[in-house]
Amino acid sequence: MHGRPRRPDKPEDAAAAEAKAAKLRDLQTQVLRNHHSHTYSKEALGLSFKLLELNPEAYTAWNYRKLAFQHNLGELSELEAIKSSIDDELRVVELALRQNPKSYGAWYHRKWLLNQKLAPVDFKREFGLLDKLLKVDARNFHGWNYRRFLAKFMGVPEEEELKYTMDKISDNFSNYSAWHNRSILLSNLLTQQKKGFESKQKIFSEEFELVTQALFTDPSDQSGWFYHLWLLAQTSSPENPQLIALWPSNGAKLSLSSVREANDKQNTPFSFSSICCYSLKEGILPIVLFFNEPVKGLTPSSVSLNSDLVVGKDIQWRPLSVTNSGHSNCWVTYLEVSNLEYCSSQQFSVEISIPNTDDIVSRSGSIYNCPVNFTFTFEPNNIDSITKDTDLIHDPISWDCSEPLPSHVKPSCIHFDQLKITNALIQEESKWHLERLSDELDLFRELPDDNSKFAKLTLARLLLACAAIKSRGSSLIERRGYCEEALGLFNDLICLDPSHKRYYEDERSLVLMDQLTCNMESFMKYCSVQVLPNLAPLNHVQLCRLSLTRIGFVERLLWVQMLDLSHNNLRSIEGLEALQHLICLNVSNNQISSFTALKPLTEMLSLKVLDLSFNKIGAHPINTTRYVCPSPFSHKVEACEAFEECQKKHINVEEFWDAILFFKHVNLVQLGFEGNAIANKENFRTLVVTLNPSIKWLDGACVH
Amino acid sequence: MVDEPGGGGGCSPQDYPTIDPSSFDVVLCGTGLPESVLAAACAAAGKTVLHVDPNPFYGSLFSSLPLPSLPSFLSSSDDSVVPSPSSSATTSSTTSYAVVDLHRRSLYSEVETSGTVPELSRRITVDLVGPRVLYCADEGVDLLLRSGGSHHVEFKSVEGGTLLYWEGDLYPVPDSRQAIFKDTTLQLKEKNLLFRFFKLVQNHIAASSTGAEVGEGEASGKLPEEDLDLPFIEFLKKQHLSPKMRAVVFYAIAMADYGQDGADSCDKLLTTREGIKTIALYSSSIGRFANAEGAFIYPMYGHGELPQAFCRCAAVKGALYVLRMPATALLVDEGKKRYVGTRLASGQDILCQQLILDPSYEIPSLDMPCNAPVSNSPRKVARGICITSSSVKQDSLNVLVVFPPISLEEEQVAAVRVLQLSSNLAVCPPGMFMVYLSTPCADAFTGKKYINKAIDILFTTKASDDPEGHLEITSENNKEVKPTIIWSCVYVQEITEGTAALSCPMPDENLDYRSILESTKKLFAEICPNDDRVNLCLQGAAEQSSLLSAAQFHLAVSPEVTQ
Repeated sequence: MHGRPRRPDKPEDAAAAEAKAAKLRDLQTQVLRNHHSHTYSKEALGLSFKLLELNPEAYTAWNYRKLAFQHNLGELSELEAIKSSIDDELRVVELALRQNPKSYGAWYHRKWLLNQKLAPVDFKREFGLLDKLLKVDARNFHGWNYRRFLAKFMGVPEEEELKYTMDKISDNFSNYSAWHNRSILLSNLLTQQKKGFESKQKIFSEEFELVTQALFTDPSDQSGWFYHLWLLAQTSSPENPQLIALWPSNGAKLSLSSVREANDKQNTPFSFSSICCYSLKEGILPIVLFFNEPVKGLTPSSVSLNSDLVVGKDIQWRPLSVTNSGHSNCWVTYLEVSNLEYCSSQQFSVEISIPNTDDIVSRSGSIYNCPVNFTFTFEPNNIDSITKDTDLIHDPISWDCSEPLPSHVKPSCIHFDQLKITNALIQEESKWHLERLSDELDLFRELPDDNSKFAKLTLARLLLACAAIKSRGSSLIERRGYCEEALGLFNDLICLDPSHKRYYEDERSLVLMDQLTCNMESFMKYCSVQVLPNLAPLNHVQLCRLSLTRIGFVERLLWVQMLDLSHNNLRSIEGLEALQHLICLNVSNNQISSFTALKPLTEMLSLKVLDLSFNKIGAHPINTTRYVCPSPFSHKVEACEAFEECQKKHINVEEFWDAILFFKHVNLVQLGFEGNAIANKENFRTLVVTLNPSIKWLDGACVH
Repeated sequence: MVDEPGGGGGCSPQDYPTIDPSSFDVVLCGTGLPESVLAAACAAAGKTVLHVDPNPFYGSLFSSLPLPSLPSFLSSSDDSVVPSPSSSATTSSTTSYAVVDLHRRSLYSEVETSGTVPELSRRITVDLVGPRVLYCADEGVDLLLRSGGSHHVEFKSVEGGTLLYWEGDLYPVPDSRQAIFKDTTLQLKEKNLLFRFFKLVQNHIAASSTGAEVGEGEASGKLPEEDLDLPFIEFLKKQHLSPKMRAVVFYAIAMADYGQDGADSCDKLLTTREGIKTIALYSSSIGRFANAEGAFIYPMYGHGELPQAFCRCAAVKGALYVLRMPATALLVDEGKKRYVGTRLASGQDILCQQLILDPSYEIPSLDMPCNAPVSNSPRKVARGICITSSSVKQDSLNVLVVFPPISLEEEQVAAVRVLQLSSNLAVCPPGMFMVYLSTPCADAFTGKKYINKAIDILFTTKASDDPEGHLEITSENNKEVKPTIIWSCVYVQEITEGTAALSCPMPDENLDYRSILESTKKLFAEICPNDDRVNLCLQGAAEQSSLLSAAQFHLAVSPEVTQ
């Protein structure tokens, strides 16, 4: 069933296929005719059976049989007759499965029949069928699905099913389905605390032991590594979702001023206990909550927000994510501060608290159980001067990453530490986790296969998991050691397994970012305060020339207003959407290949200055990001308006659809665009100016 | 007719039937496996064949006997020689040939039995060639399939696998990926190296079988030539296998006989090429037949069934069979210096183009030049047969056990192999097990010593008077109690190479028939020199059953549910 190459058809097969197709067409029209005329006679049913035997994928025929079955059932009264008609249907399914054991329609039909609960199910027969099927192909996931269905239907204890997975693994351990089912059953048994499954630590130690036998026997087999990955994830990450960062941070005092005060002395170090934090979108203050895993269910009732500002007004929390799943690591809400009557130097305080709540759940369904409470204050200074936000930037901003960051202006440490809110992690559990992971580390270091990519990757993952646990404590040197070793492994893997190079590069980027940002000392080298004319000082982070291919650990960057990521290898900037205070972004000299990849920028309300120059936008006719990104731009009504607007200016909408959607959603003052293939296209400049009327500088030149 | 097996010494020539015609293309004396295969092949090739046997049963040295008949067969010797009834009448015949008297010798010596013959002893069948099995994918099986002989035999698998005796304990032999995974006695590192070795060999086998000449080198998966010429044991060391893993591969999978760790014992050196060939056979045997578990199968009712199956094939193709008919003399054309026929115990002279003799016939050294030099010291194999009351491995019926060299004693140079068979093979009544042991040896004393040592390690001789009390003890500490021997027999068999073209190979020290069939093929090539389709000849017989495929054959390998 697996690993058999397809062979080209022989000429005589083509003739046979032709004949079969003719027969199928004939049968299909007859069955459809019967279907439309509600003919449910024996002959008509026989025809549909013939069709399904030939082609089990004809789902209309399955539906027709369902209707016929229900219709004919009405005429039957005796239990025996009902039974025999069910048996007939079951036999049809069996014959169809003989033709194609992976027919969705056939399996569904069988489940549907059993779910009718018209007669007692002959479970012996059903499990017998499954045994036969899984003997032919132990990895037929339809079979495993049906087995789960049956087990639930019949009420087979999950312990029994767990034993069955063990039997199948004993037969042949390269069985993804068996390992997968095992992981599901174990999760259930552990959550239900069934007898013998009270101790997660004991069970997981045994499972590590079991899967290690498979991994050492044949390190080139993937299925075991996947199971190991699951075990690792269960061991290294906290069971419940946790809030790991927020902005504004707890205790922060913000001053919402956008213009540098006239009496501000140049040389005075800025006091960042009150941070110049502003949004150039008038009168809006974003509040960002960042969780360690995607969660959903943040509502005014699950997250309470009290402020002198918003009295009785419902606060809506919005997930910041490029997917539409409803789950997100990052949630935001916007406080409206413009409609208030400001008295100078009046402070407003905001209090946010998340209690223990069943509403906030992770993808795996575990609930948030770590109540937090935090407050910050802000001071709407000089609010009158925020008349027209675009006017604030008087001169084009120039990026110069070659120049060392000025050493005397550094953001104060306070708010960096304030970002960390959850150090109160469950310590006694993580001790076992660390021991378990160290054991695994020692074990895989011993694996004699030096060149097994799975071994290396697992080793790297184990190291990072250890590092993650260590970061909750304070042993930074050990942690650095883990990271260094993992970096080395990813470098090896890039050479060893070039077909997955990009994945390894992404992983390496994450480790790098983690290393650079994990502690004050190293992070400060990349941070500064940028003083621009007429603007309040901006918190500036410069991560240039690091070969980054993706962004990670954005929760540590929530406070950044000016970010320089130029001269990397970024193909995606996913994650940046969390930086709700970002005003200036430099992603020049990267590998960004389409506007779809820039979707996160459309979530940034404050973004004014963007440098995209020397990327690959428009260089490749096929936009591969569309396949990588879970969901590209969603079609909204405003999109249509933008299209119409562009059409009026004779812009080719088909060619520039993604550019149009992008520029419709941003509101830039300065844009750097040279060095991209699309920049040379006709009308592109017109497009940008049309959709971003506020733009002042395009590629360093004044627009007007 | 004659009832006692093993001879017709007391019979007068008049008691024997007369054979008509008296001239054949091929005459074979003795119905051992090689002769039977030749008979079937010759008959299929369209030759006229006469096949005689002095015994009243088929199989000769390859037969399976009822237990009561065993002692007399093992002790039968020269006295069974039938003096040529008309040896003096050399010149009386019309044709000019000389008559040379034939002698038969016994290959068996040092027969030693102990214990009491159990009841129902006639239901116990004893192999003379044990311990012996067939690889599912070996030539013997292919021959059976092609010749149609598979219709007459049924097999069951040695489902218990192989056990290796190592440092005082028996360990299951991890012979597959899954077995390595499930093994609880191996260390993780050993598992990894062992499977890596298997994979290396598998890749080599796959690359060699596709015959990819182009992709020579590392990428093709083929092993380099210099590795193939290495001693296999050196190659295993090169793969970083631990001593125990080396023993597993070398003695329990590649089935090597002699220890080669020492530098001096180079006489039976196994090269990597040869070792890998056996592993290739082993691995292609696993899973060849859906119903067969493991690599080995055993014919139900004993190995004696195999020669019979081929004899039937030959008979179907027109070969003439006469049992209880010893050959007493050879007819020699003195001018041309070749054998032209044989004189049978009936006194009848049968002329033939080609004469083939059972290896127990002593071929007289004529003044003719011998084309093969007589080996000065014949090889010997010590064999043991035990009947026991329980299995050496819990929950397993048929099991192979290997005692590698040095495992029994520092001086032990050759491996001892043990095959346990159960009643599911219809070789003994339920509740009993047949156990065969063998080891090649230079002299009878050491050979028997190691057979006895192996028996002592596996079994206990103290028969319990109260079987029920014994059972209770077993249940208390079941692992410690060894199976009890009911009856046992240890003897030594001599192995001599065929001295002339007309003598067939005799049962050797190997676990399988490969080497015997190889010699048989050579013999056949001499009989039908112009027919280079050695194997195809047997195919002729199978033409009508050309649909007979492995798929059909698997029906004959029937699984038995162990309880």
